[in-house]
Amino acid sequence: MRSALSKAEIESNIAARFGDAFKLHEKVAKETLSTGIDEVDDLTGGLPRGAITEMFGPRSSGRTSLIYSALAYATAHEEICALVDTNDVFAPTAATAAGIDFDRLLWVRCAANLEQAFKATDLLLHAGGFGLVILDIGDVAGKEARRIISSWWYRFRRTVEDRPTALMVISEEACTRSCAALTLELHGSGEWLRTRVTHGNLLRFNSVKVNRCRPLMATFNESQFRAQAVS
Amino acid sequence: MFACIYSENVPPDLSLTDFAYAFSPIVEETKDRTVVIDIDGCELLFGSAYQLANEVARRAKQAKASGGLDTTVNVAIAANPDVAIHAATRLPGITFVSAGEELTCIGEFPVEQLAYELVGIEKKEAEEIFETLRLWGVATFDDFATLPVTGVSERLGQAGVRLQQLAAGKTERHLQVKQPEPVFANSLELDHPLTELEPLSFIFARLLHQLCAALNAHALSTNGLQVQLQLEDQTVHERRLSLPYPMRDHKVFLKLLLLDIEMHPPQAAVKSVFLACEPVKPRVVQHGLFVPLAPAPDKLELTLARLAKLVGEENIGSPALLDTHRPDAFMLKRFVLPAKAKNRETAGKSQQCLGLRMFRPPLRAVVETDDGCPTQISAWGKQRSVYGKVVQLAGPWRTTGDWWRDDGWARDEWDVALVSSSRTSSEPSGIYRIYRRLDSEMWFVEGNYD
Repeated sequence: MRSALSKAEIESNIAARFGDAFKLHEKVAKETLSTGIDEVDDLTGGLPRGAITEMFGPRSSGRTSLIYSALAYATAHEEICALVDTNDVFAPTAATAAGIDFDRLLWVRCAANLEQAFKATDLLLHAGGFGLVILDIGDVAGKEARRIISSWWYRFRRTVEDRPTALMVISEEACTRSCAALTLELHGSGEWLRTRVTHGNLLRFNSVKVNRCRPLMATFNESQFRAQAVS
Repeated sequence: MFACIYSENVPPDLSLTDFAYAFSPIVEETKDRTVVIDIDGCELLFGSAYQLANEVARRAKQAKASGGLDTTVNVAIAANPDVAIHAATRLPGITFVSAGEELTCIGEFPVEQLAYELVGIEKKEAEEIFETLRLWGVATFDDFATLPVTGVSERLGQAGVRLQQLAAGKTERHLQVKQPEPVFANSLELDHPLTELEPLSFIFARLLHQLCAALNAHALSTNGLQVQLQLEDQTVHERRLSLPYPMRDHKVFLKLLLLDIEMHPPQAAVKSVFLACEPVKPRVVQHGLFVPLAPAPDKLELTLARLAKLVGEENIGSPALLDTHRPDAFMLKRFVLPAKAKNRETAGKSQQCLGLRMFRPPLRAVVETDDGCPTQISAWGKQRSVYGKVVQLAGPWRTTGDWWRDDGWARDEWDVALVSSSRTSSEPSGIYRIYRRLDSEMWFVEGNYD
């Protein structure tokens, strides 16, 4: 009893200075932004706003196609989007075919400078008002991506959590550690080896796996967590 | 009370308006050689209205050097500015018209002398009315003023009624005060040249604060800021900030200006600073209830300026395709928030499309071929490498263009699926777009389908 009183006393004394830091905040279901691909949306519920979504996979696993699809959906629904392109790999000609409205897309090219990319992302997140911010480090080598200090990811998670912005990180290997609210692992399927490669049929043969979700996405049951969707 | 000053012989190098400002700050430049001033509240300076009129006439006779006009002026004082104008233009010297006794002073003036432009009537319409009045036998202001208003309205319309009120000295209007043209520019000469940005920022802050206060006073904003720094080496460092949206927040201007100066620093110490802006109407936007949030324009501009400083101005913006078939032809244009949402029906339909990751610059590749078709690819670059055995391929697609220019292109493109030789055959290492330049027979890896 005494300890409970003391705790309440201490909390009331420092409340003026630290606000409601001791209050347990109820986690509410986050709003989501569609990826534009029904199968992925069915599996994940969409990209959570105010949180980080990590999407990783090897080359030709469909990461960029998913970016295009998400950007096309978001810009068509009047969201302002930003793409931080670390290795300058964005292809406007291919993106046009995906239906991305360039008037609503801010493209930041970082000339393979990882530090610049993270600083640019931080600036964009602090500006607020963006519906979707994509940090593309998909061409950064795995060992280099793993060396990114955790404080960047914690900083991003803290910055976006009260904003209607969905932050999407594209990488070759998982690197956001525990900071991502949703992690998608993409696998390039060998299926496309058995068919003729033409422009546009790659996506059909790639698989998406929801690797891990934090509790705030706990609207899915266990079987959905483990599900693999092959569209 | 109002005083009208009229002179027929104002020297061309002198201004009657400037002369009138010596007596009252509220001056209407009614016509050429006629000004009206509001003399309410001038008693402490000049005494009674009659004393003020005498002072005006006396000073007007003084020489130019003494602030006079070197001529005689007519001065009329009345409770109604239009009565004062009529009296001053018709009666020489000083005239004082008491309130309520206007017609005793101006009643005998011929009705054709009515200054119809004061009540917004065109010359042709006024002449028609004067002709009608002449046919009726109405010759003077007094005759016209005593006509029944209803009858005048029925026969001459509202224009006739307004003219009748003018003749009776019963018009009600405010003086159209001549305002000096606002100047949205500011400058400061420094005692000592400044070499560092921090002290300069205080100068900018002060000048911008004054500029924005002037804009605020006139309910205006600006979308362009001009900065001229006079340097110690006798050159001028000039910068111009153009904003996509009108703003008047001096803090935002200061941050934008400092970022710009940091990116484009002057080559020598700064001796003087000049700031100017172009005033425009403020931006008025009605947002929709169901439209998603967008970045605040001022915050967005600051963010773009900071990003430009971070990655370079040429590396930030909205992509735009160029009107050419040249591969990977695009430009970056300034990112501006779209003013109007596109119609959802007409907006680009989202469609699943194969993503392509461009390799800029393309990777020089060594390609083994069999009957012209690639079979083995090896390409190494600083950031990435591509190598493996070709297990699937599509192509070639030949593209050529701009052959009449030095930078023309001609190439055969292939899409290839590679399997790394170090892996098992079932594990793919990716699909790539490769091309062979027709002029040099060199192979390149252009990008990776993802």
